[in-house]
Amino acid sequence: MERVLMKGNEAFGEGAVRAGCRHFFGYPITPQSELPHYLARRLPEVGGLYLQAESEVAAINMVYGAAAAGARVMTSSSSPGISLMQEGISYIACAELPCVVVNIMRGGPGLGNIAPSQADYFQAVKGGGHGDYRLPVLAPASIQEIIDLIVLAFDLADKYRNPVMVVGDGILGQMMEPVELGPAPEVTPPPKPWATTGTLGRKSRNVVNSLYIEPEELEKVNLRLQAKYKQVEQEEKRWEEYRADDAQVIIVAFGMVARIAKAVVDSMRMAGIPVGLIRPVTLYPFPDKPLAASASGAAKAFLVVEMNAGQMLEDVKLAVCGRKPVHFYGRTGGMVTSVAEVEGKVRDIWEGLK
Amino acid sequence: MAVSTKRTQGLADKHFHYCPGCTHGIIHRLVAEAIEELGVLEKTVGVCPVGCAVFAYDYFNCDMIEAAHGRAPAVATGVKRVLPESVVFTYQGDGDLAAIGTAETVHAAARGERITTIFVNNAVYGMTGGQMAPTTLLGQKTTTTPFGRQSSVAGYPLKVSEMVATIDGAAYVTRVAVNSPKNILRAKKAILKAFNVQLKGLGFSLVEVLSTCPTNWGLSPPEALRWVKEKMIPVYPLGDFKVPEDEV
Amino acid sequence: MLEAVLLAGFGGQGILSTGMLLSYAGMEEGLHVSWIPSYGPEMRGGTANCAVTVSDAPISSPLVTEPTTLIAMNLPSLEKYETSVRPGGLILYNASLIYRLPERQDARVLGVKANEVAESIGNIRVAANVMLGAFIEVSQAISLKSALEALTKVLPPHRHKLIPANQKALQEGARIAREAGLVNSVNH
Ligand SMILES: Cc1ncc(C[n+]2csc(CCOP(=O)(O)OP(=O)(O)O)c2C)c(N)n1
Ligand code: SF4
Repeated sequence: MERVLMKGNEAFGEGAVRAGCRHFFGYPITPQSELPHYLARRLPEVGGLYLQAESEVAAINMVYGAAAAGARVMTSSSSPGISLMQEGISYIACAELPCVVVNIMRGGPGLGNIAPSQADYFQAVKGGGHGDYRLPVLAPASIQEIIDLIVLAFDLADKYRNPVMVVGDGILGQMMEPVELGPAPEVTPPPKPWATTGTLGRKSRNVVNSLYIEPEELEKVNLRLQAKYKQVEQEEKRWEEYRADDAQVIIVAFGMVARIAKAVVDSMRMAGIPVGLIRPVTLYPFPDKPLAASASGAAKAFLVVEMNAGQMLEDVKLAVCGRKPVHFYGRTGGMVTSVAEVEGKVRDIWEGLK
Repeated sequence: MAVSTKRTQGLADKHFHYCPGCTHGIIHRLVAEAIEELGVLEKTVGVCPVGCAVFAYDYFNCDMIEAAHGRAPAVATGVKRVLPESVVFTYQGDGDLAAIGTAETVHAAARGERITTIFVNNAVYGMTGGQMAPTTLLGQKTTTTPFGRQSSVAGYPLKVSEMVATIDGAAYVTRVAVNSPKNILRAKKAILKAFNVQLKGLGFSLVEVLSTCPTNWGLSPPEALRWVKEKMIPVYPLGDFKVPEDEV
Repeated sequence: MLEAVLLAGFGGQGILSTGMLLSYAGMEEGLHVSWIPSYGPEMRGGTANCAVTVSDAPISSPLVTEPTTLIAMNLPSLEKYETSVRPGGLILYNASLIYRLPERQDARVLGVKANEVAESIGNIRVAANVMLGAFIEVSQAISLKSALEALTKVLPPHRHKLIPANQKALQEGARIAREAGLVNSVNH
């Protein structure tokens, strides 16, 4: 199969096109700009529309409208812009509309900087805006996986009628790796009889709404949403295990950091220390099963590595549930964890186990 | 260029990070000189945008606040309402002021906030890599209008001064450019006047300054100055759009 | 085989596209490759660098903190990254702009007057590819042929008239390295 060299941000765009997305609304922000630049060129080629909104607040509301009209639609931004979108995402989650939101995370809080970061983990997996809602969150770790997961993101969005978030960091967005595109996947979005497309050919009106004045009614909506999230938790957990079977120290990391962790696993194995990696591919629903399994199995300790102050750490602790110690190593502010730093931490843990 | 070379107290002793041929630096100097000449440096609070001028807090030699993208007029409102005797200005690009911050701008004007807004129109998003701005000209190629801005897709250039001038709370609205020595002198006068309008408590004042972005326009600095004259000014004519009543 | 190459210099020296050329050529040879640029405000007229990994095994971490090879196009880059090179690694420096020898005693070192060579070819912008030619000759990480061929893929069609100059640059760099007699004696 032909391989092409592609930048991460462009891969997000091409993945969306392959998934049948023909509408994109966004507002410029570094370090994700190549994604809108790519789609500004690419979407017109396939009869689609790229539209630059006047703000992220507007962009997410354009997404709301396009999703209500039945389109496969995407927006992308980076941390400060994603914060602005939270209001809209909450409305879209309540109105149960499918869409994909890409967050190429950068250093925060505040204006922060444009260096790579994973500090929006809480915001992504806990809902982010107001109210009791969740988004499936996918975290690719290579350019090839970006292409594949964007297609999955659109499928999940349609399947659950829910916004899906795909998170990466500045490095993943900026780096290039070969990808095999292959023939475009067969895209068959489910019928959307609920879409507000005009009543022509339909007996009843469709209303897209997130207002339920009566508490009884709103509680029913919430129960329905919660049942949906239960199903998501049962069916959609995804993860990768790398040399984890017999590992006594398990590193848990997602996205780019998992790549760094893989290098650590290899070098530590060479040094005779049995280390393995569990990489959550879905951050919500969080893949607690493999962690729980190794906590009751060979693993003697866990090490969570993140580019934040310890956010996924909480989910790992919940999964391990006190059965084994859970350590943490993280860098913040856009600093990138190095292989050597993580190796040092692993050695410390290994010494402690002996 | 024929700007005075004497250092102004209004600027800190710091090198600008702007690209060669970018006129953000000239505009900084004009604002700083005006503040100094009016003798209000010590009671001035500036609010900087998110855009190429994001580091303006390092350059202006007065108290400065860095606002979120587009929110400077709201932040400035907060300052001015707490410190009515202070002189408050915002310094904003066209993405910051005329896209994400349109609402803040319009409503600061509508409330007649006694603040001065310096609006730097360079027809493009500079900092993020040359994307289309609301002020991008029709046909102008940017990284998000790779085939040139088409009105059928991306609408029309937004004429901020003309629009703000329709708002009752706006006391002084003018458009200037910094592409020639003569225009720079005019720009200086306009900025002085805007601060005077604020000092007299007459209402909101806005000075739109046509500025260059050679980097993202893909032009040399002299070509960029020519582009302002030949392409921008015909779409964005210079002059006063609103002056205080007592001067009419 | 694993080469983790750090290319560093001024913005405008063609660092990023030379790194891309190496990546592309490696990919065409069926190798695993990755390319990461430095990005950010520092790009405005400041420093530029990119990290390229070429390997016959899947690349775990594409980040290069300890390069096997440093290609330094100017003095600030040499000063900044010299110490990070892996022991036994390679330092290629642009002797047109760097007047001192690298200080590392445990690395192989080669200076190439890349600017002069590029100017003699008639295009200063091909200097980084002179260095790439030298790197390919010394490391044998990929074949020179692949790099020569990959130019058509890396340069956009409207730049294809520059292919001969770039090919010349790669060939000259390789020749200089060959004549300097620096061969790859360390196994990574
Ligand atoms: C909420 C949010 N969205 C996007 C950005 C990214 N951003 C930084 S500067 C900028 C636009 C700057 O353009 P302009 O206001 O025209 O100023 P210039 O750089 O041209 O001076 C954008 C979109 C941000 N910082 N915050
Ligand atoms: S990018 Fe444009 S606006 Fe920004 S400093 Fe450079 S020339 Fe000025």
